[in-house]
Amino acid sequence: MANSIEAEKRAGWALVSPPFLYTLLALAVPFIVIVGLSFAGLEGGRARVPLAPGDAEKLYFTFENFARVLSEPIYRVVLLRSLIIAVCVTLATVLMAYPIAYFVSFYVAPSKKALWIFLITIPFWTSYIIRLALWRTILGYNGIFDNFVGIFGIEPMNLLSNGALAITITLSHAFAPFAVLPIFVALEKVDRSLLEAGQDLGETRWTTFLRVTLPLSMPGVMAAVLIVFIPVVGDYVTAKLMGGSTTPMIANLVEVEMLKKRDHAMGSAVAVTAMATVAVISILFVLLNRRFIGSKK
Amino acid sequence: MKSAPGLRSYAILYLVFLYGPILILPLFAFNNATVVSFPLSGFTTKWFSEMMADQALWRALRTSLQISLSTAVIATALGVMAARAAVRYRWPGKPGVMGLILLPLVLPEIIIAMSMLIVLIWLGAPQMWFTVILGHVLITLPFSVTIMTAAFQSIDVSFEEAALDLGETPISSFRLITLPLVMPGIISSFLISFTISIDEYIIANFLGGNDTALSVYIYGQFRFPAKVPMVLALGTCLVAMSILLLTIAEYFRRRGVARVGGKDSGGFL
Repeated sequence: MANSIEAEKRAGWALVSPPFLYTLLALAVPFIVIVGLSFAGLEGGRARVPLAPGDAEKLYFTFENFARVLSEPIYRVVLLRSLIIAVCVTLATVLMAYPIAYFVSFYVAPSKKALWIFLITIPFWTSYIIRLALWRTILGYNGIFDNFVGIFGIEPMNLLSNGALAITITLSHAFAPFAVLPIFVALEKVDRSLLEAGQDLGETRWTTFLRVTLPLSMPGVMAAVLIVFIPVVGDYVTAKLMGGSTTPMIANLVEVEMLKKRDHAMGSAVAVTAMATVAVISILFVLLNRRFIGSKK
Repeated sequence: MKSAPGLRSYAILYLVFLYGPILILPLFAFNNATVVSFPLSGFTTKWFSEMMADQALWRALRTSLQISLSTAVIATALGVMAARAAVRYRWPGKPGVMGLILLPLVLPEIIIAMSMLIVLIWLGAPQMWFTVILGHVLITLPFSVTIMTAAFQSIDVSFEEAALDLGETPISSFRLITLPLVMPGIISSFLISFTISIDEYIIANFLGGNDTALSVYIYGQFRFPAKVPMVLALGTCLVAMSILLLTIAEYFRRRGVARVGGKDSGGFL
């Protein structure tokens, strides 16, 4: 018997090693290089790859890159902007998504649910670059949005000129399906007999929702929050196309440091700081909402 | 079923919000005006002719097909291995290894692109369509693993055991029994990886060097306002293709669920 367990271990490892080694080489190694660079200083210059001949001895370990990220206003302002935009997008997508997830879970016939979910996810799979082109033409000066408000006699608003707002609208549209799915899955798991019990015991529909359905679906809401918030903070292309050069987000700053200034140490430090911030906020969020996860038996 | 008129109208409004921008696409792709604005000025197919005549566009499409087809094949093959190992065998370190493979789902693409680019520069490796594949396999692998895990989980282990008892080798029983049962999952994974790869911009832009992929080409056209209707015509074709591929993927996914007698519980993602 012990033999077959050994054989199973070997077979499992043999089978998983190609994808595992691939991820290790393509993801873990570059990631370690970035973290290493973020702590790198170079006497009389900036640490970058490839190192010039003879520069290897001048390398030293330092926190100065992180000190700059935390002290210079440009990094703080842009990181804060990324976080604020991400919070707005998360709020908008999750608040819009809850009723739709609730509708599909509670009011759509079981045979049609898969079709509804499919319909909601389709826009996500269409080219994002093309959707950005569309949003530019919709929100731009005298674009489709301005045509629309013009019907009511409102002057052209040119929302595209307000970078942060244009970014928030575009991202809220792009991430809508991400928020619907986890909430839908959580609502599907809610035991329908609990709702009947609540109403039998004299609760109204509304109080049953507030006291039974909503708390039971909170794990889904939390998953939706994280699934939207985390990638939005790191968004690059929306900020580039909708925000122009005036409203960069943190990912755009990483590009500027890495490629325009060729300061690989600083670029790495900005990237690592952004990821660490997102990780800390996510962990705090989960800890603060612990009671919703633990309450199920 | 209970009815809720308020929720139902909200649901319809929500779908209008989701699909609104995409519906505008064909409207202005066939509109006879350079400026994308109402009122419409008449029907034309000239933007599609302009698109067909664009040599740079065809080159970009060829590059993208090269990248996306290779990505779909490699990601699906690796995904089959990882999912099979996770579902069928018990081995130490499984949660950590599977967690690492799924990690790119939550990492910003700019981080993936930049860290790979730094390593490529360090190694002195050239940036070209081949290096884009390296990045695309990384970001599509989690999708493939998720789809294939569901496919393998829905198979009854006793089918394979029966084949082994009847004298098949592990390899031939996998080929004859398991593979046909998960084939819908494989097709679905292939199409999803292909769709993600052909639409992806960030990795294609930073790791592609001088090999311009389709998304990078489209991005380049944004500088020229006169090119907008042509981009919308191209977008119409791309969106139509995406929806077609997804419908096929969804069809196979559902057939896979039906084949093993499972209950359908919604789409992929």
